[in-house]
Amino acid sequence: MFYSISKQGINFLASFFVLTLFTFALANFFPEKLAFLYANQIDQSLMANHGTNYDLVEPNLFNSYLFYLQQLFDGNLGISSVRGTSVFSEFFTYFPATLELSIVALLFAIFLGVPLGILAARHKNQWQDKSVVSSTLIGYSMPIFWWAMLLVLFFSLWLGVSPVASRIGFEYDISPVTGFMLVDTLLSDQPYSLEAFKSALHHIVLPSVVLGTVPLAIITRSTRSSMISILNEDYIISAKARGLSPVTVLWKHALRNAALPLLTIIGLQVSTLITGSLITESIFAWPGAGKWLLEAVYRRDFPVIHGAILAIASFVILTHFILDLLMTYLDPKLRRKK
Amino acid sequence: MQRPIFLKHLQFWKLTTYFALTALILSCSKSFDSNVRDNVLVYCSEASPQSFNPQLVTSGSTFDASSRQVYNRLVEFTPGTSDIEAGLATSWQISKDSKVYTFNLRRNVSFHSTSQFTPTRYFNADDVLFSFQRQWLANHPYHNVSTLGFRYFDSMGFNELLHKIVKVNDYQVRFELNYPDSAFLATLAMDFTSILSSEYAENLILSSSRELIDTQPVGTGPFQLTRYQADAFIRYKAHPLYWKGKESIERLVFAITPDPSLRFARLIAGECDVMAKPLPIHIKTLKNYPELKTLTQQGSNVAYLAMNTQKKPFDDKRVRQALNFAIKKETLVKIVYGDTAVTAKNPIPPNMWSYNSATIESKYSPEKAKQLLSEAGYSNGFEMDLWAMPVQRSYNPNAIKMAELIQQDLSKVGIKAKIISYEFGTYLEKVKLGEHQTALLGWIGDNGDPSNFFSSILSCAATRTGNNASFWCNAEFDRLIRKAAINSDKDTRSALYKNAQLVFNQEKPWVPIAHSKQSILTNQRVKNFTLAPTDGVFFSGVSLVSSLSPDLEGNKAINENDNKENNN
Repeated sequence: MFYSISKQGINFLASFFVLTLFTFALANFFPEKLAFLYANQIDQSLMANHGTNYDLVEPNLFNSYLFYLQQLFDGNLGISSVRGTSVFSEFFTYFPATLELSIVALLFAIFLGVPLGILAARHKNQWQDKSVVSSTLIGYSMPIFWWAMLLVLFFSLWLGVSPVASRIGFEYDISPVTGFMLVDTLLSDQPYSLEAFKSALHHIVLPSVVLGTVPLAIITRSTRSSMISILNEDYIISAKARGLSPVTVLWKHALRNAALPLLTIIGLQVSTLITGSLITESIFAWPGAGKWLLEAVYRRDFPVIHGAILAIASFVILTHFILDLLMTYLDPKLRRKK
Repeated sequence: MQRPIFLKHLQFWKLTTYFALTALILSCSKSFDSNVRDNVLVYCSEASPQSFNPQLVTSGSTFDASSRQVYNRLVEFTPGTSDIEAGLATSWQISKDSKVYTFNLRRNVSFHSTSQFTPTRYFNADDVLFSFQRQWLANHPYHNVSTLGFRYFDSMGFNELLHKIVKVNDYQVRFELNYPDSAFLATLAMDFTSILSSEYAENLILSSSRELIDTQPVGTGPFQLTRYQADAFIRYKAHPLYWKGKESIERLVFAITPDPSLRFARLIAGECDVMAKPLPIHIKTLKNYPELKTLTQQGSNVAYLAMNTQKKPFDDKRVRQALNFAIKKETLVKIVYGDTAVTAKNPIPPNMWSYNSATIESKYSPEKAKQLLSEAGYSNGFEMDLWAMPVQRSYNPNAIKMAELIQQDLSKVGIKAKIISYEFGTYLEKVKLGEHQTALLGWIGDNGDPSNFFSSILSCAATRTGNNASFWCNAEFDRLIRKAAINSDKDTRSALYKNAQLVFNQEKPWVPIAHSKQSILTNQRVKNFTLAPTDGVFFSGVSLVSSLSPDLEGNKAINENDNKENNN
């Protein structure tokens, strides 16, 4: 147990190290190099150490990298060159919106995908299976911006049952506490907090359906294939032979064993969701990290581009690390492995 | 070994599913019965502001978000016109030589009280002095707080114009000028002369956070800023102690939506009440949406292609003339503007006085263009950068498309143009630094006076601030517009400006493209909204009729009925 945890810990640290090397190299290609890291500390000690010229970068690349790491661990990602605000604090303004959307999208994908996969597996090669398989293929290969437009056109503009964009109706003024709109609305002391919660829920439906479509397709297909292989196992046949009800066999014996490989697949969706959020957020004017990064690219706001890439990539690495730990805990085979 | 609880208990999965489904159904049910929306006006704006201080920028989106809601000026434009009326000054006297202006200031005007700042006194002469001296005096403690600089102040020539600003007493201020300026009073109604609080500035010095003056504004205007998230929204609430009386709109929200189609979709869905800068196609399809209203007028603007005369090959007049002949403006007006514009030949729009209708328009002629190019030694053409802004402006609904059309036209005379675009703020910055060869730009006159066009974007002074994107400084032209600016006789000024247009027409620092009409869309609940000639958006005095509930379909039906009754 200790062995595998430490192994994963080392893995995590190594990936993080490679990531910082990459972003450091990236930062060195910026027109102002690392200058943006100096910008928010116009304090005398730094001026004394580095001179009054902010463009001054350590001549030695190694020292420069150490300085870079030191700044990162101090939580200094520099100052946005366009807005003059701290990149670190901007990230925490925008990222919760992305996280909230991704979590809801993932829940949507799991709660729809797993039952659909089971359905398809139970009725293998029958019409149910065929329709599920073909629709997941469509879902998987469909460009999501097009899908988003289609949904907006139908549900928002034609039927008028869903909002067009943004996180919440503009009439509700919710002060950010956690950054999760669904939580903040409930925490808010405004008289309309419950109504605001409904509005937030209402607003998250379409974007999370759009963002969850690709993971939904993947989760459905993996559930299906892993269920099919498990349903052919001897112990399932023997369970059936003992006269257990089909529901018990399916849920207690089959799904539980299919759940483990599925967890890995679900874990892999984190990066799919983050990538997808770039497009989804732009379409739905969702003020999250993906839109923030895209706008920064457009503005040539290098400190923000750098900070966003680093922070988002670190987040993905971190979630994978946590998932690995979780898998070790859940899967006895992995745990016992020396 | 124990299984984790969520795999053990199927109950959990079932319950969560039920919860999710219930929540979904709840959220889609149309049981909203509150009237929260009734006093909130949502304006779908086109861009994030660059700052909340109108002194620092020249972009209309920033003025809409700052000076036009948060601040007041000594004198104001009467809504919907370019006439001057009393603002923070109740009256004024002008000396005989037109060089001394004395303003009597309004009493009992309160500044906004925010979470950062509580005013202890009313507006007085110190605030006026602070607002001008910050932009004027290089040693002022606030002069160098922002790196953006005071472009409007500089390009209007205020550094040369102002001799002295004197505080006579707390409620009287005297402006002494170096030379008479016929447009001075109109200029004082412009955005960059907004009055900031000097008390707030002093407090910020004490808390050593001077930069907040540009990001967390405190003004005397009808609305005060409460929250801003870049690229998402700006929230305001009505200033409870506004000197004209509290606005009937309790809260005002700018929903920042750069994509025009999304803006239009939001307007149709009732998420916005007012939509900035509709595309021509939106206006054409408006008959399908009886719940929407359109406000249109001939704008006071010009769209142009600026050629950087400091860079080869545009330092050669013949090349600039050739481009004027090579671009087919009629096509641009037809395709880009959907015929909601007229082609341009002068820098000022035809509805402005002193417009010279005698100048000769360079009619589309690729042959002439080729001939001029070969005279200039470019018979094989050349390659150039063509910059186009990514956002829609009222003078140019789609610059990228326009750039593509221009690219085609230019390829016919052997010029290979490469289209380059940046986010709008960056775009303007880079243009001001003169990094471009050619750039699509535009100008909206904001005080109804032609000097606002000539001095702001074509003068030699404006080459230093970068507002003159051609970096074109012509001695004769500059002499004419300077002379016109200090003269107080309208006919003489008109004659001088007409001559200046002849020089412009000869030298061709731009390809003038079009003067567009401006429009804005609102829904039926918005009342008393007027479009300013300067294309500014002012929400002071606007009221809402409470009919729109979040129940969208029901609302559409109601509005349709209303309309039918009206038609009958």
